[in-house]
Amino acid sequence: MDTLAQIRVVWKPVVFLLCLVPGLLLLGDTFEITGTLGANPVEEIQDRLGNWGLRFIMIGLAVTPLRRLTGWNWLQRFRRMLGLFAFFYTLLHFLAWLILDQGVLWPAIVEDIVKRPFITIGFAALLILTAMAATSTNGMRRRLGRRWQQLHYGAYVVGALGVWHYWWQVKKDIREPLIYAAILAVLLGTRLWFRYRKVSQKP
Amino acid sequence: MLIRKPSDIRPSEITSRANYLNRREFMAAGAAAGGIALASPVLGAVVPRGQFAKLPDMRKSEFSTDERPTGYDDVTTYNNFWEFGTAKDDPAKNSQDFDPRPWRITVDGHAEKTGSFHFDDFIKPFDLEERIYRMRCVEAWSMVIPWVGISLADVVRHHQPTSKAKYVAFQTLHDPVRMPGQRRPVLEWPYREGLTIAEATNPLPILAVGLYGEALPNPNGAPIRLVVPWKYGFKGIKSIVRISFVEEQPQTSWNMAQPWEYGFYANVNPEVDHPRWSQARERRIGSGRFASKQPTLMFNGYGEHVAHLYSGVDLRKNY
Repeated sequence: MDTLAQIRVVWKPVVFLLCLVPGLLLLGDTFEITGTLGANPVEEIQDRLGNWGLRFIMIGLAVTPLRRLTGWNWLQRFRRMLGLFAFFYTLLHFLAWLILDQGVLWPAIVEDIVKRPFITIGFAALLILTAMAATSTNGMRRRLGRRWQQLHYGAYVVGALGVWHYWWQVKKDIREPLIYAAILAVLLGTRLWFRYRKVSQKP
Repeated sequence: MLIRKPSDIRPSEITSRANYLNRREFMAAGAAAGGIALASPVLGAVVPRGQFAKLPDMRKSEFSTDERPTGYDDVTTYNNFWEFGTAKDDPAKNSQDFDPRPWRITVDGHAEKTGSFHFDDFIKPFDLEERIYRMRCVEAWSMVIPWVGISLADVVRHHQPTSKAKYVAFQTLHDPVRMPGQRRPVLEWPYREGLTIAEATNPLPILAVGLYGEALPNPNGAPIRLVVPWKYGFKGIKSIVRISFVEEQPQTSWNMAQPWEYGFYANVNPEVDHPRWSQARERRIGSGRFASKQPTLMFNGYGEHVAHLYSGVDLRKNY
């Protein structure tokens, strides 16, 4: 079996199942099989889904720098799946807020999205992620051509909005959003560095 | 079937109220009855439910709600008590070694009876009462908590404030060794809170020393904490070591940290939103995984007792 086939048949399903683990654990905890959600289960469900959405955005953004630093080009094969998992967890985070937290009370939901900046920001990030997920097929990529790449630079924006959204809703202790901000800074910083090197190496 | 050993005799079977209030006597009684040395203090320990005496002559209060109290485990493991960490379960995890005895409370400022009092002497003049109160956190969740405490109004009157006493200020213990959360400057320590003298002499506020008929657990502010049911939970300062009668409005911790979000009054008010979230509804802890939020009540439903305190006050400005 050649490398490409091996990635498709063996490694992609393995990574797919690994990416599902946080969701399965959450499901297990919700029905008190693997653990519990604590005193405020709705908050816990939202927080965990939001956290994993943000983590997968970071993991997705880490693929390219890691590939360039190590030369492991096969990493690229997992980027779409990781991005789709970022969308998956972020969408579930949004739905948990919509259904469990807000109880599908539309006036309150619309008011929150419009009036609460941290929710507006999170919602904007979800919209960008949705557009990226909808255009993630090979066919869409071919059809959109250059515009596809422009749209998918949105991943950087989503990373920044995601960290901002998290930062803004924390009461006072900003240690965790600060960690995400630092990771995002490193991920974007390496890209700038690669670009700078490319430019300066030109004759 | 298991046959109970002598050491399995519950303290509730052998302990009188006097012993409950006096840790040393209680420990002697426990040790004598069970032949065991109790390492942890009675008042203020994190205790498994049902280990300690229910007070036989505890007065029930007319101010109690008949709503179903939030479960003991939820009340003792979901706390904002940043002296032990900023996560909700940090206080339960990090306060296990906290020994709230011996404990002294300093009363100072514009009052006739000032000084430094041992915990037992401080609460001795007053009757313990059970008060089942709603507790509304500024983060839009709520609980129903069966406190045991003494009336703050009684305490204030006992210490005879002078006419200069316009406010009552409270302070939490400042001891980063015993309260590891204070090693980070996430708030300016010690935690501070305050009430107007009119608020402090209203019949509703209590100084709680117990929960569910037992000693106040550490995560809830052992050995003594403030409960003001019509205000957001952060007004309920925990592990109090100082009560001061002052002329000027005292500084309060959350107001010092983020004055645009947290005011001195902090009355529960569904019409005045937190800048970042709505205060119109609240999630009742323990209501279930899929229960919806419930509407928040003006003054947390205690308006008939306290609304008169704020007649003519613009509650939008004085949040």
